[in-house]
Amino acid sequence: MTTGFRSPTTPYTAARRSIGSRVIDRESILRRLDWVLLLAVAGLLVMGTLLVWSATKQIQLDAGLDPNAYLRKDLINITLGLVLGGMTALFDYRSLRAYAPLVYVASMLGLLAVLAPGVGSTINGAHSWILLPAGFSVQPAEFVKVALCVALPMLLAERRDAEDEPRASDVGLALAVGGGPVVLVLLQPDLGTVVVFAFIVLGVLAVANTPTRWMVGLLAMAAAGAALAVKVGVLHQYQIARLTAFANPAADPLNTGYNVQQARIAIGSGGLFGKGLFHGTQTNGKFVPEQQTDFVFTVAGEELGFVGAGLLIVLLGVVLWRGMRIAVRAQDLFGTLVATGIVCWFTFQAFENIGMALGIMPVTGVPLPLVSYGGSSMFATLMAIGLLQNVHMRRYA
Amino acid sequence: MSDRSRLRLIVMQVLVVSLLLTLVGRLWFLQIYSGDQYRNAANNNFIREVVTEAVRGQILDDMGRQLVRNKTTLVITVDRSVLAGLSRARRTAVLTALARQLKTTPVALNDKITLCGTPDAKRPPVCWDGSPFQPIPVARDVTQALALSLLEQSENFPGVAAELEAQREYPAPYRANAAHELGYIGPVTQSELDATAKAKNPLYRSDLVGRTGLEAQYDDVLRGINGVRQLSVDRAGNVTGTVGQTPAQSGDNLVTNLDARVQVVLEQQLAAAIQRARGQDNPGTTQRLKADSAAGVVLDVTNGHVIAMASIPTYDPSVWVGGISTKEYAALTSPNAGTPLLSRAYQGGFAPGSTFKVVSSTAMLQSGRFSAAGPYPCPSYLPVAGQKFTNSESQSYGNIGLAKAIEVSCDTVFYGAALKEWKSDGGPHPAHPKDIFINAALRWGFGKTTGLDLPGEDPGNITTRQSRVDTWMLNRAQYCADAKNGYPSVARTDPARAAYLKAIAADNCAPSGGVYLPGDALNFIIGQGETLTTPLKMAQIYAAVANGGTLWTPQVAKAVLSPTGQVLRTIKPVAEGRLPVSKANLAFLQSALSQVAVVGTASGQFNKPPLFPLAQIPIAAKTGTAEVAGKQPTSWFATYAPANKPKYAVVMMVSQGGYGSTTSAASVRAVYEALFGIKGRTVNPKTSILPGGVPPVKLPVTTADGRILPPGSVLPRTPAATVTGASYTAGPAYPALPAAPDFPASPGAPATPALAVAGGPAWSADGRRARGAGT
Repeated sequence: MTTGFRSPTTPYTAARRSIGSRVIDRESILRRLDWVLLLAVAGLLVMGTLLVWSATKQIQLDAGLDPNAYLRKDLINITLGLVLGGMTALFDYRSLRAYAPLVYVASMLGLLAVLAPGVGSTINGAHSWILLPAGFSVQPAEFVKVALCVALPMLLAERRDAEDEPRASDVGLALAVGGGPVVLVLLQPDLGTVVVFAFIVLGVLAVANTPTRWMVGLLAMAAAGAALAVKVGVLHQYQIARLTAFANPAADPLNTGYNVQQARIAIGSGGLFGKGLFHGTQTNGKFVPEQQTDFVFTVAGEELGFVGAGLLIVLLGVVLWRGMRIAVRAQDLFGTLVATGIVCWFTFQAFENIGMALGIMPVTGVPLPLVSYGGSSMFATLMAIGLLQNVHMRRYA
Repeated sequence: MSDRSRLRLIVMQVLVVSLLLTLVGRLWFLQIYSGDQYRNAANNNFIREVVTEAVRGQILDDMGRQLVRNKTTLVITVDRSVLAGLSRARRTAVLTALARQLKTTPVALNDKITLCGTPDAKRPPVCWDGSPFQPIPVARDVTQALALSLLEQSENFPGVAAELEAQREYPAPYRANAAHELGYIGPVTQSELDATAKAKNPLYRSDLVGRTGLEAQYDDVLRGINGVRQLSVDRAGNVTGTVGQTPAQSGDNLVTNLDARVQVVLEQQLAAAIQRARGQDNPGTTQRLKADSAAGVVLDVTNGHVIAMASIPTYDPSVWVGGISTKEYAALTSPNAGTPLLSRAYQGGFAPGSTFKVVSSTAMLQSGRFSAAGPYPCPSYLPVAGQKFTNSESQSYGNIGLAKAIEVSCDTVFYGAALKEWKSDGGPHPAHPKDIFINAALRWGFGKTTGLDLPGEDPGNITTRQSRVDTWMLNRAQYCADAKNGYPSVARTDPARAAYLKAIAADNCAPSGGVYLPGDALNFIIGQGETLTTPLKMAQIYAAVANGGTLWTPQVAKAVLSPTGQVLRTIKPVAEGRLPVSKANLAFLQSALSQVAVVGTASGQFNKPPLFPLAQIPIAAKTGTAEVAGKQPTSWFATYAPANKPKYAVVMMVSQGGYGSTTSAASVRAVYEALFGIKGRTVNPKTSILPGGVPPVKLPVTTADGRILPPGSVLPRTPAATVTGASYTAGPAYPALPAAPDFPASPGAPATPALAVAGGPAWSADGRRARGAGT
């Protein structure tokens, strides 16, 4: 590669440049990538893979199944996700605007399909899955998150200067675009995802310079809606039980409360350095449910201890920091809003997922971004990382 | 970007950072701050303890004979956790097949392996009360053939195993029973579990603990330390591995002062005394004596060692092994069957009658108000308060000394003394009564336990002036109500009796109801009325009279040996106190007692041919025939011997047994003949049932392979070699007297005596063998 060094005086002709010189070119994609973000993501993917493996190995063995089945599928998911993310990063995000309506409509159709009888499947009380042949399944709601992170900025950043406030009609349209999936996901019902949507919508609106009175009104509406949902009985009893179990796990020691308690025991017993990967007694004893997905953090807490679980939080913090940095430095409002939406999404999911495992948040099933096992979630989060890189790479153009 | 957007982005950043810090803070709180608590919780979660039961120690007599040992039995167990992993159909098939092999029904089998407290569970002991991870015994004491056939077809019987289990066994050497002294073991209770939960050697639910007798008293010594296997389990309770293991430690062996050969003689003589009484009429009536129960004690007067102690009716202690049935338990506690569970020797209180005169006579002398010489009038009766207080058989002896009064047991002499004291104390309304007899009885230790090392000892009773008033005050309301209302239900059938009862109630209701009346004083001095004592207490005080006044605490246990024979503890004699009698007065009493068998009330028994060699073995004794309201008299014979160099105190009591001199004395004589090796008129210590004629001082010897040999045995180099010194022969050496059909001397004794010659299998202590195999 040493031959590829280009003198500043050399005339710029792409056709004559070697691959090596293109890689290290100031303008090259690789030079423009946010490497810190990428390293943090890589770290999370590696940790996540190990945690998913550890969470499932013993259970699979006990059941007489292949102990590495989850590991293999997780690696496939990550590979596919990285491809999807790479593709998302390569297209200029500004041209993505054209595809945004398409992505949005497609994922909305997915949400509708989930609700259609005979297509969707119920897993853990939520009717949010489409089972595909060959053991694959899709959660359309995950892709809606990506769609929202593109569609909302498009609506709010288009047709105005960055210094202006968004027009009322645009805000209304944005709310409509955000409200559609909220209603459909509420019908599944999947409360965690609804809140993720709400955070994306609110975050993007806020940074899009929506007037404060609008924001206050929206927050009030959200609060009233939540209160109403509990009062009128839109929420099922099991949902309320799950939501309140974290506050007092002893009240319901055999169901959700038991899980909350066991999750706490798993993390608490990890101590400073943990019991070692694959050596968690709570994990191997199946005391904590859904450990490869919703409660994946308990594996980190138990087996890797404060040091490992803390590292996981730090890596997530790095991702969020780089996301916010990208939002600030984006060359246009659209880029800023895309990054904002993704940061809101990741922040809420990370806090909810880890907080639930730590017993300070109610139990709702949301995956830990880039860590939890699950194809749809992995694809969507890696596409989101691709979007962030996309905005980052084109910040000067 | 607008400034407001920028500001909102900054707010968002602050929010994100604070949320992440919240997570880290909470993580620190759970893992570092309260980590220990959660580590414990995690361990409790996944570790289950399975108990390896310790083999219980043996109980040995003074010669090392096994009174209680363990036998190794085969037990068929079912492991629930293995069954739980099977399909329902397969599980049913396994249980059905196993039930057929065990000759039971699948339902009964299923009941046994159902955990207590689950919805379908039967009541304990049918359901399983132990750990769900412990293999559950479903059939005990099965044949080797059955166990082998189950093991050979292990693929058809998953989770079914044959294990070795130690069970209590009573070899009954020389057919000695000693059920009341040995006691029994039973399942542990919840409160005991709670009490030992934090102890170093906690009890487990499957444990058996001593309930009565030596088994209870020395439970901590005998029990051993259970081994614990820690299994890791998952959320569903499936065993995933072994985390840790501590081996079980066998319990220690308890050597007692009991001697099986003396014990069996005593037991046979009690049965003989009962038989003898039942062949006689109750004196003064034409009714046969009922002789419902009997008890006897042999003490070493020099240290309080209990060489033998027995009570009839008794029972076979092996009824407790493997759990007692409701029917069997009812039989043990039924008053109709004579409550065989109760030892009359130390758990039953009886009026001591004239045997109590050792207290009365010395109290008279100690007071200084009475001389030994007297003379005291001994009329056939003494009229007091319009009532005739008669001598036994209404004999009169004229004016006699106190020694003679003891020899012939003249009640009227003592009545006179009692009346004199009662009057000088101030009659019915004394200011400062001396109560020399009551106080003497208390100082001799009546009315309280001796401190015997067996649980449930009866303290007996001495009614003092104060306790009399207290009782009266407690019941006065009822007396007065009865005095007022009469006894209408009785009046319907028997108006005369109702009137009589009403008059008594009126007496009791009156302010004088709690007063110590002359009749009370007269009854007290001859050991009747409300005074109660145990044969053991009586033996203790006769031993004290014999040894010069020391009240030794009676002790059954002698030493604790480790399974390998190390002496862990020797139990030293304890002097509880001294008799409140001067040396001279004690000498007077000893001399008076030594005449009873020669010329006194017991002379008939000892002068019966063949004459008892009183010249060589003088016997000090006192007869007693205590009258009990509503019952036939209690027969007593309290003794020690040799009177000139005392070694043993022997006391015998037969409830509703008539005269002490006829019913009990003959049996006590037989005990002495066995103890001293008396055949006819010759005394030969070599023929004594105690080797050398005295109880062994040394402790039994444990061989390297766990066999226990008599004291003084020389340990061979190899365990297989012939052992010197162990030369017991099978069967009772003492000619067995025909046992009363109702009260066989030892109902549980095997047809062939369990004690074989030294080196035989019966001599091998199971402790060692079973320890390796214990489950």
